[in-house]
Amino acid sequence: MMIQTAPHPSAEIVRPFDIRIASSELAVRDALAGVLRALGPLDLDIEELGTVELVLAEALNNIVEHAYDHIGTCGPIFIHGTHEPDGLHFRIKDRGKAMPNGQIPLGMSKNIEVAVDDMPEGGFGWFMIRDLAKDVKYRRIGQENQLDLRLAVAIGYLN
Amino acid sequence: MEVSVKTEGDICVVSVLDSRIDAAVALEFKETMRRTAQDSPPCIVLDLGQVNFIDSSGLGAIVATMKHLAPKQSLILAGMTPTVDKVFKLTRMDSVFVIFPTLDAALGMQRA
Repeated sequence: MMIQTAPHPSAEIVRPFDIRIASSELAVRDALAGVLRALGPLDLDIEELGTVELVLAEALNNIVEHAYDHIGTCGPIFIHGTHEPDGLHFRIKDRGKAMPNGQIPLGMSKNIEVAVDDMPEGGFGWFMIRDLAKDVKYRRIGQENQLDLRLAVAIGYLN
Repeated sequence: MEVSVKTEGDICVVSVLDSRIDAAVALEFKETMRRTAQDSPPCIVLDLGQVNFIDSSGLGAIVATMKHLAPKQSLILAGMTPTVDKVFKLTRMDSVFVIFPTLDAALGMQRA
């Protein structure tokens, strides 16, 4: 994993940062730890940290499992994070397969009023991303997937 | 996936010793739970007190475990840390499971 922090441009608490991993479930752990480390100076509370870690975990695992497909294909994942007045902005890029139909799933909440045998075991990921993140936007640019999202945490530090 | 297992009468307490149940260990967690449950009493308390993070794969693995155990054995959850609690509430899975905030509360209720 590579972490790079941009030179300090102004009086921001957290500088823009870039994290790069090779797609794997274990590397996702490293990336999440790297993001939380980069956000350390914000001193986020446990609720906010949970939001950041959950949303990014779901977005990154989705790339590992679907874009790069689990069939031995492993490619790079790039995470760019910035702290802005309206929260934390993330841009996540990969070079795997495009989203089906060029769109991110709707992520509807699952029906759980069902018999035990029919209880859903998956499909919670996009629901949680859509519930916890704002301004979620997906684009396919050439051979790259680009996912932008904003987390409404750490607001009020900057003018 | 490291767990510690303690059986007392009709209750088996499985404490997860790892701090995460995520995509990297979800399969292993399911296997560990299946193996552990084989010779266990009907009530299994899953102690999550040391788990500070689960993702949707981890949640799916806990749901799968509950389905695998039913109807002969029941799975009770205990020791919800803030982010684990958040995931269960967001997905409304907190309405599907019997959940106790602490292991002591779960044991007290089961023994009563």
